[in-house]
Formats: sequence, C-alpha cells, structure tokens
Amino acid sequence: MSSEQDHLKETDTEERFEFKKEQRAAVKSDKGLTEEVVRLISEDKDEPEWMLQRRLRALEHYQNMPLPTDWPGQPDLTELDIEEIVPYIRPDVETRGGADDWDDLPDDIKDTFDKLGIPEAERKALSGVGAQYESEVVYQNMQDQWEEKGVVFMNMDQAVQEHEDLVKEYFMTKCVPPSDNKFAALHGAVWSGGSFVYVPEDVTVQMPVQAYFRMNSEGMGQFEHTLIIAEEGSEVHYIEGCSAPKYGRHNLHSGGVEVFVGEDAHVQYSTVQNWSKNTFNLNTKRAIVEAGGRMEWVSGSMGSKATMLYPCSILKGRGASANQISIAFAGKGQNIDTGAKVYHNAPKTNSTIESKSISKDGGRTNYRGLVHISDGAVDSSTSVECDALMFDNESTSDTMPYMEINEDRVDVAHEATVGKIGDEDVFYLQSRGLDDDDAKQMIVSGFIEPITEELPIEYAVELNRLIELEMEGSLG
Amino acid sequence: MATLELKNVHAEVVEEGEKILNGVDLEVASGEIHALMGPNGSGKSTTSKIVAGHPAYEVTEGEVLLHIEEDEFDDIEIPDDLRTWNLLELEPNERAALGVFLAFQYPAEIEGVTMSNFLRTALNAKLEDREELFEEDDGEEEEEEAGYDTSPMEGPADDGEVSVAEFQELLKEKMELLDMDEKFAMRYLNAGFSGGEKKQNEVLQAAILEPSIAVLDEIDSGLDIDRLQDVSNGINALRDEQGTGILQITHYQRILDYVEPDTVHIMLDGEIVMEGGPELAEELEDKGYDWVRDEVYQTA
Repeated sequence: MSSEQDHLKETDTEERFEFKKEQRAAVKSDKGLTEEVVRLISEDKDEPEWMLQRRLRALEHYQNMPLPTDWPGQPDLTELDIEEIVPYIRPDVETRGGADDWDDLPDDIKDTFDKLGIPEAERKALSGVGAQYESEVVYQNMQDQWEEKGVVFMNMDQAVQEHEDLVKEYFMTKCVPPSDNKFAALHGAVWSGGSFVYVPEDVTVQMPVQAYFRMNSEGMGQFEHTLIIAEEGSEVHYIEGCSAPKYGRHNLHSGGVEVFVGEDAHVQYSTVQNWSKNTFNLNTKRAIVEAGGRMEWVSGSMGSKATMLYPCSILKGRGASANQISIAFAGKGQNIDTGAKVYHNAPKTNSTIESKSISKDGGRTNYRGLVHISDGAVDSSTSVECDALMFDNESTSDTMPYMEINEDRVDVAHEATVGKIGDEDVFYLQSRGLDDDDAKQMIVSGFIEPITEELPIEYAVELNRLIELEMEGSLG
Repeated sequence: MATLELKNVHAEVVEEGEKILNGVDLEVASGEIHALMGPNGSGKSTTSKIVAGHPAYEVTEGEVLLHIEEDEFDDIEIPDDLRTWNLLELEPNERAALGVFLAFQYPAEIEGVTMSNFLRTALNAKLEDREELFEEDDGEEEEEEAGYDTSPMEGPADDGEVSVAEFQELLKEKMELLDMDEKFAMRYLNAGFSGGEKKQNEVLQAAILEPSIAVLDEIDSGLDIDRLQDVSNGINALRDEQGTGILQITHYQRILDYVEPDTVHIMLDGEIVMEGGPELAEELEDKGYDWVRDEVYQTA
C-alpha cells in the first residue's frame, strides 16, 4: 500500500469507526424481511424520508408479488428462502470495520484466491474483509481526476446524501421500478451500497470507471445498486465487480442497475463476476437510451447455483442502439439462465445480442431473450446470435429467443448454434503438441474471445483464468 | 536423423469396426520424400491419422515405431534406451513432441484463437512435452505453480519457453519464407481461410514446429497453380533446410512435379501394392489406378 493510501486511511478512520458502530446496531434487528428491518436500514444510513418511503413501497410490492415459478426451463428457486436471507447481511456488516474474518471464508473461495495468485492483502480486500478504506482511496483518486469536469463517482449510499436531487429523480423511478419484478422489489426495499456515476454533457471519461474493490467492501453488497447517468454527448465505460468470488455465506445476490444514456451518449457497462456455488444470483439491469445514444452490456457471469439475469436496453429515441454480449459457464449442479432484452421503441434503432454459454458436468445454461419491436419503429434492425458449447452429453443448453415484431419495415436476424467441443478440433490442436486439457482450454478461450476483447486486459486474463479453473473442476 | 516405421499395420474404425488397413509396411526417414498414392478409400488418410494418433481409429495388429538418433534434438542428448518409441502408446501431443507432424486435408477452424498465440503455445507445449518424455523418472513430480504464468493467455514466459518477442521474430521469418502476408499472424486459426490459405498454413506450422517426419495429407487438393508452387516450395524447404522426412499423400502426379519423391508407394484396399521411383507416379498418371489393379491382381 502506498503512503498516500495510508494517509487517507488515517483521515478516514474516525468516520469509519462511527459508521461501523451504527451498522452493528442496525443488524440487531429482527430476523426476516419486515417493515422494521427496512426502517432500520434506512435510519442507519440516515436517509431522507423520501428514500424510506420508496423502500417501504418496494417492500409492499415485494410482499404482493409471487416468485417466478412457471417460466419454461426456469431455474429452480424452491431452495431460496428469502426470509432467511436478510439476517445474513449481519456477518459481513460486522467485518466492515476490518475485523479479521479471513479464516471464516469458505475454503473454496480461499482456494480460488490461491489459484488466482492474488496476494493475501489483496484477497482480504476482494473478499470484503478489511477493504473499506482501500475502496475509498480508489474513489478519491478518481474523484480528483474527474471532479473538475463535473464527473461524479461515489458510493450509492453517499450519493443519496450528496446528490439528493439527482438520486431522487432517477432512483428506481423511470428505469427499474420496484413493481417490475419480485427481485427488483426486494432490491428496492433492502438495497445498500453500489455505485453512483454521473457524467455531464459532452464529457468523455477516458479510462474505465472501475468499481473493482468497492463492491466487495460493502457489507451489504449483495443488494448493491448502480445508477449511471450519462448526459447528452458524454461517454463512459463502467466496469463492475471483480472476478473474485463474493461472500460465500450469502445465498442471494439481487443487484439493481439503472443506466440513463443521454442523446448521442455512449455507455459501456462491463462486469466480470464469480459467485460462490451456493448463491442465487437474481438481478435486474436496465438502460434507457435516448436518440443517437449507444449502450453496451458486456458480462461474464461465473459461479452461482442459479442465475437469472437479462440485461435490458430500452431504445427510446431515434437511432439509439444497444450491443449486448454475455457469457455464462455452468458446471455441475448449476443452472445459468441469462440473456438479453431489447425494446425498439423508435425508428432506426439497432441492436445486436451475442450470447455465449459453456456447460460441463451436467451443468445447464439457458439463453432467454426478448426482442420487442414496436409499431412505428421503422428501419430498425436486430441481430441475435447464441452459441452454446457443451463438454459432454450430460450437460444441457436451451435457447429461448422471443421476438415480438410489430412493424414490417425492420430487419431481424437470429442465429443459434449448439455444439459439443469437437473431437476433430481437439485432435487438431493435440497433433500440434497441446495436451487434451490445454486443447480444450484453447478452444474455450477462443469461444469467449468476443467477450474478452471488450474488456481491459487484466479482466480478460482473469476471466480466462477463472474459466480455466472451472474447467479443471477445481473451484469447489 | 529419425525414421518412421509402419510394420504390418492393420487398423479399423473404432465405432463401426470397419477394417481399413490390411497390413501396411512403410518406412520414411529424415531428409527423404515419399509419395503415398492411391484412389479414394484406399486407406491413405487413415494411415496418416494412425501415425498422428486419431482416436477414431484403432490399430488391431502391427506397430508404428519412431526411431531417433542421439543428436536428433539440439538441446537433449538421447540415451540408448529411448531411441525407439512405439507411437501407439503415446498421446497425439507426445507424438508431436517427438517430431511427428500431420498436415490435415481439412484442418479445424478455431475461432477466437490467433495464429500467433496458437503457434507459440504449440511450440512451447511441444518443447515442454519433449523435455518430460526424456526426463528421468525420479518418482517425484513437481507441483505446478498456480498463477498467471501458466495461463495460455499472453502471460510471461516460463524458463525455457520461447518468449513472445523471440517467437514473433521466428514467425515473421517463416512467413516471409512462405511468402505469406504478415496479417496472417493475427487472424484466427484457419477461420475464414481459403482452401489454399489453409494448406499454406499447414506448411507454415510444420516450418515453425520443425518436425522430424511430416505426413502431408492431400496438401495439394484445391490449390491453384500459383499456390501449389508456394506450398511445394515450402515442402521442399522443410526437407532441405530442416531435414524433415516427408510422406506426401496425394491422388495426383501434379504436386510431384514440384516436390520430387525419392520413392512412390501405391495403396489399394488398405495395402501398399506397388513401389517405385518417381517414374511410377508418371506411369500412374498415364494409365490410371485400374492399371495398378490389373497388374496386382494378375500377379496375385
């Protein structure tokens, strides 16, 4: 750690200490998801009344909505007991002040860090143990650089205090309302942490905005909220998460992401995540794209027991476009249900969806997609490509592309391929000197290359390394 | 020097049990060029795949041996007891490490893997495998260090590996030799390559991996005359500059005008039925395989 970080650590100490004490009080609440719990979270964060009211409304929606159960081929959620989830926030909250809980992490997560070759100090940061100050350092360095241009990048909890007007206008109002689905409602009630990014008109943020450590350092990060507002003509690349596993003790991650892409603005949201195998990963991510704006979703989702994730782009203005690229890997006992949603609500809108999945040892991947072209969205085009790669005959992969086309003058293309890792391909590489495992690894690396090429090199390397570990079956 | 020796090889397709080879005898030494000719379905491709270790074929009788002399590899001195290898006991990658190369008639297309990355990985894998094959077995295996170093991505080179910079130099040199565009290096392995480019790429790989014995399976098919010359020049360079022994599998005389064989073998129904010098190929061109059939079955 640099001396600069040490310095910042010192100046932040008092504040963090206070925060920690409050958090500890907060989680002494009753078990279960009740109004009282929601009130305590809000009070603990010293939130304005309107935010509390939004949380409570979200709770109401949550209580009135059924779990999705009857989608064709849907992951089984019966083992998910939400009433048991919320108290699980507590242990991580207690570590927020830096308590040394490293030893309490599950072995598979510790092993992963070993195998990734990440030094112990960094591991602690990545696993959420004692990472708090480090993340704030990351923030502050970035803020210095961009503050002059009016760019805001901060913790979402903090943003509620410091950018109240913006948050009040955009937070779960227009993009992801709590009424959207059961998990969006849950998220709205108990959300905590996450990132707030604001890019003013015509500002281009050159380097990617990375919430690399921060997400893990948040005790309640399982319900993190990310709000990105890119004003007209601006440009930003936000990268979330890290390829390290998160809290193994939790069994629900339900994040919310809202992105507002202004006219002619360009936002890329990239995420590489690796969840422990007992996690239900159920998120709502959505972007609203104004005329001429462009939204790009790039995601590599690893781990989890079940994932249901369909990043959505609403192409609201003429000439708006969206590119969505995703990769999923399902091993034994895993069901990764991902895809994309795009609404073409204006003329000359354009979307491309590229979905890649790999399944192995009986793992199951689904592509579930929805492309909706509204009446009047003339001269729009969409292209959907899903490729599934399977290692063996026990693994399965399904493609469920729904297309709702309400306009004639459009161009729609869908292409799906499903294949087993080809014996001939493996033999070819083997005949050149690669052993069986390396040959398969190389084929998979190539298969996911469209994702890795969109990511900064360190993320790409880690994604590859993670997939390599999954293929060895060594990630628990 | 190295010699590939097929002794009375019988082989069948694993799944169907269909018998394809009925006792093939063949010997190819470093620095020699052999042509293996025959009509479709006579067993030529099967022969090549058996040498390389394709899992779809099973050798039911006979042996495939590789004899290597003590000085075959620059960096390793080969002890007496490791100079003959039974290839049938080895994995395809181990055969490659010992210097056996197969140029495919229909090479696989691997999306997302650049030529450059692939070839460097292959070269390093081959060197590593080779070291392991000749390593004295002391019963203790070293644990592989986990970390980025072992990643097949562009990680830093381990000891003894060919580094990225060294490799780029080598690749550039070989590509110039074969008159290939530099852009090839960054293209995905065979993906979207024309038939001619694929064949050229197979020869490039042989030039980089420097095999002792290269089996070229119908490398002349689908080539126009210019490309045929390029590919032939590449094959001759393998022999002349690296001393590679070539087993050239082909239907036609055409390529043999550019790559002159020392010996021509003619295969019919899974057996080598006739052998001779380069003139045999010309005779075949004039008279066709029916002539061979008549000759063989008359004398039989």
